[in-house]
Amino acid sequence: MAEPMKIRATLQGDTADVRVLILHPMETGQRRDGKGELVPLHYIQSVLVTHNGKAVLEAQWSQAVSRNPFLGIRVKGARVGDKISVIWVDNKGDQRTDEAVVAPAS
Amino acid sequence: MPVARSDIAVLAVVCLATWGAVPVLAQSADSLEVGRKMLAEDNPGELWVQRGERLFHDQRGPRNASLEQCDFGMGPGRLEGAFARLPRYFSDTGKVEDMESRLLKCLVELQGLDRGAIIQARFSNLDRASDMEALSTFVASRSNGMKMDVRLEHPQEREMYKVGEYIFYRRTGPTDFACTSCHGDEGKRIRLQDLPNMTDRKQMQAVIAGWPAYRGTHSTVRTMQHRLYDCNWQMRLPDLGFASDVSIALTTYLNYRGNGAVIQVPGVRR
Repeated sequence: MAEPMKIRATLQGDTADVRVLILHPMETGQRRDGKGELVPLHYIQSVLVTHNGKAVLEAQWSQAVSRNPFLGIRVKGARVGDKISVIWVDNKGDQRTDEAVVAPAS
Repeated sequence: MPVARSDIAVLAVVCLATWGAVPVLAQSADSLEVGRKMLAEDNPGELWVQRGERLFHDQRGPRNASLEQCDFGMGPGRLEGAFARLPRYFSDTGKVEDMESRLLKCLVELQGLDRGAIIQARFSNLDRASDMEALSTFVASRSNGMKMDVRLEHPQEREMYKVGEYIFYRRTGPTDFACTSCHGDEGKRIRLQDLPNMTDRKQMQAVIAGWPAYRGTHSTVRTMQHRLYDCNWQMRLPDLGFASDVSIALTTYLNYRGNGAVIQVPGVRR
């Protein structure tokens, strides 16, 4: 079971500043473990961000993205209380969905 | 604490490398500062706080117990501000202890986990996570916004401080290094890594405020125990024992010298 993401969404004008922290090993398939064995590819393949259920970002990632990746996006036309949801699926079929509510600018 | 001479040879530890406080070139330091700020705003270490909080409250181990009765010096289960006062003397063990040694005790005594196994898995690597790192980050984060306030009220605390100070300045090992060889002057660096002058209170406080820290090059949160272990290794000294008296003496010295630092963990380091 994947660890929960940490999502922050704050409103700036009419735009939500969305910042997502993801815990994932993002193995490149080229690293060797302590025993010298290749560690198989293990990376997030697709990311979907929705704003009140409507897709605002669909991304295909590769193994070139870093371990424990950070994703930052700006969602136009957002309001306080709107729902931002993030879904990722990795190449082993593991996935995680988390949600945040847009907060007023602090 | 009686310290034999042979022990002291193993003690000296150097180099709490941080994103340094001493700019080598004003311009390069400024642009590094921008990057540091961005990292601090979106610090992946926050995920370790989340995981640590869960591990702290979950019923785990052979005894199927949580760590909620763990005493960090403010009474069982009281975490607010506890880290800011560590290391300190604990009457239940009759020793001066730091956060990691208290966690170790609680994992063993409350949850019934195996001491050797915990110590073996004390630091994570790319193949497995470490509960100790997550728990330390969570416990320390409960002192965020508070000032480091180590008091040295008990005679043993004062003795540990003295031992820590001795180690900090004593040159030893095959490289004849002391902590102060790297951290005793202004403007030193390793490659582009500015080294804080830890004889300066302000710079010491900047170090103390941000451990445990997410280390970008390690892709994980590291604790002060790991920082000292790594420095020890960099000086080519024998391995520093986890939660050993030596490591706690140094932590006592460093934290006391960093008193007044506003704790903000997890920090972010290279």
